[in-house]
Amino acid sequence: MEGVNFTLNEGEALGLAGESGCGKTTTALSIMRLLPYNGKIKRGQILFNGRDIVRLSEPTIQKIRWKDISIIFQGAMNSLNPVRRVGTQIAEPIILHEKVEEKEAMKRVEDLLQLVGINKERMRDYPHEFSGGMRQRVMIAMALACNPKLVIADEPVTALDVMIQAQILELLERLRRELHLSMILISHDLSVMAETCDTIAIMYGGKMMEFGTKMDVFTDPKHPYTQGLVAAFPDIRGQRVMPAAIPGDVPSLINPPPGCVFHPRCKFAFERCSKAEPALAEVTPGRRAACFLYPEVQEVMPRTQAAPATAR
Amino acid sequence: MGAVEVVTKKPAVSPLRATLRVGWKRIKDVWTQIYHSKNAMAGLAILVFFAVLALGAPFIAPYGPTQKITDTACSITSPPISALQPPCPAHLLGTSYFPYDIYSQVIWGTQVSFIVGIMSAVVASVVGTAVGLISGYVGGWIDEVLMRFNDVVLSIPWLVLMIIVAAKVGVVDLTSLILVIGLTGWSVTARVIRSQVLSIKERMFVERAKMVGTPNWRILMRHIFPNAFPLIFANTILTVAVSILSESVLAFLGLRPPDTVSWGRIIAEAIDNGAVTIGNPLWLIIPGLCIVFLVFGFYLFGYALDEILNPRLRRR
Repeated sequence: MEGVNFTLNEGEALGLAGESGCGKTTTALSIMRLLPYNGKIKRGQILFNGRDIVRLSEPTIQKIRWKDISIIFQGAMNSLNPVRRVGTQIAEPIILHEKVEEKEAMKRVEDLLQLVGINKERMRDYPHEFSGGMRQRVMIAMALACNPKLVIADEPVTALDVMIQAQILELLERLRRELHLSMILISHDLSVMAETCDTIAIMYGGKMMEFGTKMDVFTDPKHPYTQGLVAAFPDIRGQRVMPAAIPGDVPSLINPPPGCVFHPRCKFAFERCSKAEPALAEVTPGRRAACFLYPEVQEVMPRTQAAPATAR
Repeated sequence: MGAVEVVTKKPAVSPLRATLRVGWKRIKDVWTQIYHSKNAMAGLAILVFFAVLALGAPFIAPYGPTQKITDTACSITSPPISALQPPCPAHLLGTSYFPYDIYSQVIWGTQVSFIVGIMSAVVASVVGTAVGLISGYVGGWIDEVLMRFNDVVLSIPWLVLMIIVAAKVGVVDLTSLILVIGLTGWSVTARVIRSQVLSIKERMFVERAKMVGTPNWRILMRHIFPNAFPLIFANTILTVAVSILSESVLAFLGLRPPDTVSWGRIIAEAIDNGAVTIGNPLWLIIPGLCIVFLVFGFYLFGYALDEILNPRLRRR
């Protein structure tokens, strides 16, 4: 993964969109410093409140993790221990991070459950007694347990039906406003982004293609990939036409194509695209894109320039 | 935001009552499944029968376990002697050389079988579970060392190992007998638990617990152990059967505490005195059948419980 660069201000929501396997979750895990053993942050910075997460020691990052930055996982079904009560599971981070008594933590759990719209009586139930949507609410409650400043929601509504999706998104949106949270929402579903996010980052093949405010990205996409994505979005008011798909497949990241990762599928590709890699650059105020169609875009110096990833 | 107020209403109850209710519900669920399993019920019936014998021994047995017999009611020799009498209404299984009432001894022997069987199984399960949990969860060289040691123990025929240890250490009382059987019998349990832990630790909720910052011992005790517990429980009951058999074998071979009466010891004495040739084959057969049935009962119940509690064997 390379060339990921975004800034998130307090209380804002950022959408991280892209196809499967393009590095969305990897970005999230990097921010949490939770990459699996075969992953490593080679270069760059992740600034959180002015501190570089990349350079923090493991004990320090453990203090920040979940207390300041928390994550809502994809697949709430499997993220709950089937043989432990929901309440004690939500209480776990509170007990561990704030060193409070179990009784006090349980009181917090009651509030948290009420916050996400679950009757507090149900904290003594087991996960299998909850529906999918409610389990996702439990996961959200768990993410909020230590009053984090930044919540990363990794595909929070995948595998839920559309009605429940809407409820969960509404809930996330409400919580973000009420608790003044910053949020990174990861999804492959642009309609989910459209409902909740302030700014959107489009990723492709492990690289960031475009970054801008929601309105800008949707109404005036700069990068050909984003244009393709937006064009593939059916218009419910328009005529029934097959949405235009982007031809081709996601490239293998083990052996990525030379030059711009998107050029084999890009209809505007020209010679330079297959030779050099475009760097993310500001093309209009507040908009960044990585495409040679814009004269501002420079080439990436191969393997020399640091690629900072900045969160706040 | 109206849609957020979902959720069912439950009457307000005290935390303790709620806990008891959930626990009770779970026990009731398991009981329903036991009730519908023929194997489990058959096993349970056998176990209840022997448990009644064991607990009721002072009331059921006409004589004490080592109470000398003085009457000669069943004697066929002249002059009549109290030793080695054949079965008759006064002494249902006859008398032994000392002479003791064999029928009473068989009943008293049930106690030893239960105590030694259950306690040894608990010892074996505690050690096996600890080794299995640590080996499976920690992995790396600790796992390697523990499992290679385990392989060595497993590769020696278990009975032989146990007999050697019992002979070397010396079985002086019930505690040492229990320890010998328990500490030589945990290898299989450790293997079973380890493989279960290997599968549990890859599940998402363990990953999540790590991300939350849960320390490893807490993950092991709070997250993994409860998930493995049904398997541990079923496995313990199966181990009881093996332990009872081991106790009988050791007692038969003379590796027994001097003053306890167990089925294995009764059989050994029957053979020493030529029970069959002196016309009292029941001296040999009845304690033998007792061992077979009690072990069979634990196996039936253990396997049925394994099927009910072990999610991978569960049938719907």
